Amino acid sequence: MAILLVLIPLLSACSLLLAKGMAKSIAVVSSLINLGLTFFFLSQFNNEGGFQFGDDLIWVERLGLHFHYGIDGITLLLLLLTNVLTPIILIGSFGRKYDNEALFYGLILLMNAGLNGVFMSLDGLLFYIFWEITLLPIWFICAIWGGHDRIRITLKFFIYTFAGSLLMLLALIYVYLQTPGIHSFDITALYAVKLTAAEQCWIFWGFFAAFAIKMPVWPFHSWQPDTYTVSPAPGTMLLSGIMLKMGIYGLIRWMMPLAPAALKDSGQIAIWLSIAGIVYAAIIAIRQQDLKRVVAWSSISHVGLIAAGIMTATTAGLQGGMLQMLAHGINVVGLFLVIEMIEQRLNIRDMSLLGGIAKPAPKLAVLFMIIMLGSVAVPLTNGFVGEFLLLNGVFQFGIWAAAIAGLTVIFCAVYMLRIYQLTMFGETNQLTATTPDVNPREFWLLAILCVPVLFFGFYPQPLLDIARNDIENLLKIIAVSN
Amino acid sequence: MPISIDHYVYLSTVLFCIGVMGVLLRRNAIVLLMCVELMLNAVNLLMAAFSTHFNDPSGQVFVFFIMVVAAAEVAVGLAILVMVYRHAKSVDIGLFNKLKG
Amino acid sequence: MGKSLVGMVGSGVVLGSFILSVMAWMQVKESGAFEANAFTWLEVGSLHIEFGFLVDELSSLMMLIVTGIGFLIHVYSVGYMHDDVGFHKFFAYLNLFIFSMLLLVMGSNYLILFFGWEGVGLCSYLLIGFWYKNKEFGKAARKAFIMNRIGDLGLLIGMFMLFNEFGSLNYKDVLGAGLSSSYAITCICILFFIGAMGKSAQIPLYTWLPDAMAGPTPVSALIHAATMVTAGIYLVARSGVLYTASPDAMQLVMYVGLATATFAATIGLKQNDIKKVLAYSTVSQLGFMFVALGVGAYTTAMFHVTTHAFFKALLFLGSGSVIHAMGGEQDIRKMGGLKKYLPITHLTFLIGTLAIAGIPPLAGFFSKDEILTNTYYGGGSFVFIMLCITSVLTAIYMLRLYFLTFRGSFRGTREQEHHLHESPLSMTLPLIVLAILSVVGGFLGVPEWMEHKLGLHHTLNGWLGNVVHNAAHPAVTEMFEYTLLAVSIAILFILALAVRTFYISRKTLPEPDEEEIGIVKLLSHKYYIDELYDAIFVRPIQSLGTFLHDYIEKPVIDGLVNGFGRLSKSSGKLIRLLQTGNTEFYLLGMVLGIIVIFVLNFIM
Repeated sequence: MAILLVLIPLLSACSLLLAKGMAKSIAVVSSLINLGLTFFFLSQFNNEGGFQFGDDLIWVERLGLHFHYGIDGITLLLLLLTNVLTPIILIGSFGRKYDNEALFYGLILLMNAGLNGVFMSLDGLLFYIFWEITLLPIWFICAIWGGHDRIRITLKFFIYTFAGSLLMLLALIYVYLQTPGIHSFDITALYAVKLTAAEQCWIFWGFFAAFAIKMPVWPFHSWQPDTYTVSPAPGTMLLSGIMLKMGIYGLIRWMMPLAPAALKDSGQIAIWLSIAGIVYAAIIAIRQQDLKRVVAWSSISHVGLIAAGIMTATTAGLQGGMLQMLAHGINVVGLFLVIEMIEQRLNIRDMSLLGGIAKPAPKLAVLFMIIMLGSVAVPLTNGFVGEFLLLNGVFQFGIWAAAIAGLTVIFCAVYMLRIYQLTMFGETNQLTATTPDVNPREFWLLAILCVPVLFFGFYPQPLLDIARNDIENLLKIIAVSN
Repeated sequence: MPISIDHYVYLSTVLFCIGVMGVLLRRNAIVLLMCVELMLNAVNLLMAAFSTHFNDPSGQVFVFFIMVVAAAEVAVGLAILVMVYRHAKSVDIGLFNKLKG
Repeated sequence: MGKSLVGMVGSGVVLGSFILSVMAWMQVKESGAFEANAFTWLEVGSLHIEFGFLVDELSSLMMLIVTGIGFLIHVYSVGYMHDDVGFHKFFAYLNLFIFSMLLLVMGSNYLILFFGWEGVGLCSYLLIGFWYKNKEFGKAARKAFIMNRIGDLGLLIGMFMLFNEFGSLNYKDVLGAGLSSSYAITCICILFFIGAMGKSAQIPLYTWLPDAMAGPTPVSALIHAATMVTAGIYLVARSGVLYTASPDAMQLVMYVGLATATFAATIGLKQNDIKKVLAYSTVSQLGFMFVALGVGAYTTAMFHVTTHAFFKALLFLGSGSVIHAMGGEQDIRKMGGLKKYLPITHLTFLIGTLAIAGIPPLAGFFSKDEILTNTYYGGGSFVFIMLCITSVLTAIYMLRLYFLTFRGSFRGTREQEHHLHESPLSMTLPLIVLAILSVVGGFLGVPEWMEHKLGLHHTLNGWLGNVVHNAAHPAVTEMFEYTLLAVSIAILFILALAVRTFYISRKTLPEPDEEEIGIVKLLSHKYYIDELYDAIFVRPIQSLGTFLHDYIEKPVIDGLVNGFGRLSKSSGKLIRLLQTGNTEFYLLGMVLGIIVIFVLNFIM
């Protein structure tokens, strides 16, 4: 049943090739159907834990490959994120005319299919296949419609992430070979494998390489700022809003349960790397001039906190991580949308040339402010809940870790207020004096994004309830294997 | 003197060596192809001989395989050579250096 | 919506919450504190946080101050902001502020307090940068927000420690538990105090408050004098039980408060911007309150919060009235003689000045007197003497401000003089109400000797005693009180004469900026603390950003990644030499390979 979430965009993408003229409408309708379907699953979802709406088909029997998929609370949250953001990203891209629309929107739909597949797969190889499938469309999107120097930058992105994925594949195959009888890639079989501490250490780093590059965690991040900057806006939003969550999801679903013992030693190093990234990226973000770059670096900083919190393997850390994934997805897409709107109007992203936009475009300024506040994690916005829980998780890992990770509270305010100030406040100049305000399409897009920013800051418990039991079960698996 | 398996081995060794020497020393691409055929057939001969010797038909099955592959290979190879000849009026393998690194 | 409607709605809802606050206060008075939980905000593992409110004696006092003074300032703003294009926005922000501030004081646990805490910080940011076209104002707003965030981080980590220690963030669970002093509690207290430093502008996080005067004057009155900046005092008073358990933290609070009080008062002596003087005065008065907290006199600190809210709001609104009349001019060197033109403003401002200077029986006298007596017993003689000197400094800079602004002859331009007028009723009415409060507010907490002599009661102590307990100290001798009273009146009288002589009779004026030398220059440049922070924090972090980007990111981290790319490229370059293009060479290689395999086969 849930596989429809993959099939619908996949088939729509194919149909796009036949009906090229209707590319936009087919893409939007398909993504809206997916959104409706996700809400349907949400309404039918039983949050007592376990996988639902799934199926387990035998794929290649002799190799123990299953087409096994399903939805639990953790997956459901990410499906929500993916399928809420996809239509927004699609509609957000209408402000600009892209060459070869059919291909462009087809690739976005393929992304949607691949991402849904990644989050739903319960078979190691299936997961890997979907993982790699997502890389292709996003690479094409960035490499075809990207900006200056796109080939070099996107090639680096492709090869870098691909190399990481191969290490993950090695780790997966190693665990697969340890399964008894006919080997199996099935998640339960893989979870059941008992590995020695040394083996787990290798497995840990194998997975971590893939996930850390995808997120990215310091110091595996160097592809990210360039790629985000050079990609077309929808590509950047897909990458930052949804795709990097694949890495975090991988930590939760695959890395931590498969190598729980390694969390104790290797995990500590990984947590400290993530924390180092928080501060490092934030300090660099303060000095950037390009709007997209600031947000790109801020993304590294935020993701560092999510990764650190999750790897503490505490309830607060994991719940906070889940919540922050949603919050970050929504906020970062909102920020990139705003940047895209500014760029469409003025053709620049250099902050030193902007200023005073709040006067000609007050609605944009207000919506931007709300999204920015979510990103700064002001209480009663969605960013705060996750950050609070994550820092709480990191605090249980170590007080100094929490103090250093907590610097994000300060630095994030510094760079976010800086971009807000330099773009929206101050005197208008010749360029910005006549900036048109948001049109209705843009207004509603941003307004829709602002709803969860405020609502889940005020009342986060419904989201926490969705994944609560599954996270508890996962933590039990981690604790038992220890 | 009965013809023993040893004779076949010697014969095919000689044939194979002739083929190798031809491939190494000649520069005419057609001769080269012929020498490759010679090597393949040396092996075929050996396999057929051993197949009879051990009374195991699988060797002969392989011979057929090899013959089919060799035929296909020659067909493709000759086609390429024809094209090369049309282009360069020569089939000297020294000409085939366009793919050098 | 029209402006008058916006003003009415904006002020009306605050009036409504004031009435409700009064009702809540009466209920607390009758039947004690009550709690109300709206919904479960968060439940993760053992962390359970209710979106709950607690109204007890302490919070209802704060609610009254916030909504009461808030209402007056709303009314004032209707007049003050009348010609501003952002009128609607201003009232929206101001109401948001009242909401956040009420959340802060009404929360039943530390997290709800933190919501309000950051919320008021946000409103403060929005309102300081209200006139967003001015870049400097924007910078001041950012500075305020970021400095507050530094404190917030302390508070946040303090909350984590607290939760770690007590398993709850509810006031009831934390403060009801019997506490013995421990290292953890000291840490929590210090971390909370870091939060309070940010919000209540204490050394080292005070420099944002004077800059915050960039905002419209009603904002300075409401947020940066009467309510928000006292949130730190509220936090410490609320956590009084914790602080009592940690003498070390109390010492820290006291000394930081003392240092701030004195330091800011000296700066206040040489400021020439009417609002800057009041800003440093606020910082200094907040220092007084922290000294009171540091010696364990929690109710005294709250008493001073109350009276300070009255007279400081009054002074700021008065200065707003002056600025309004002067057409935006804030430099007191260009004022003078305004008494004639602004009679109501002058009278109320004078009352405010006398109240803050501590003339009996105005409000400031009682609260400051109580702080001094408590310090005498709880803080040692050094702290007491320093605090007395600071009180004298307070009187000096306030009298200086008063005389330069209202007495003497007018020193502005002809145009300005022509423009001078008393403010409209919506502005003067709040001034009058606040002036009355500044006169009578002190009787909320009369000293002991008055209790005996006049049969009055220290209402506030009895009232707040249900929530926080002051550190006990020996009963104050009447002799001590009389001495203090007599000395303070005498000193104030002499000072008033001296200041008057200096600035009015001799017509000495503060020198223009460029002629300042020596200590005057040092003071008027605020000891160059801003420059110092800029040099040791702001610039290094900025250059670190550039350094990391240019010298770590590009050559090392990205260099390593690109290095792998280059490695494969250059190895390809080497290996491709094997691809000679010479067919015989390949064939030779093949044959040699076959021979090697044969040979190996034979050997093995």
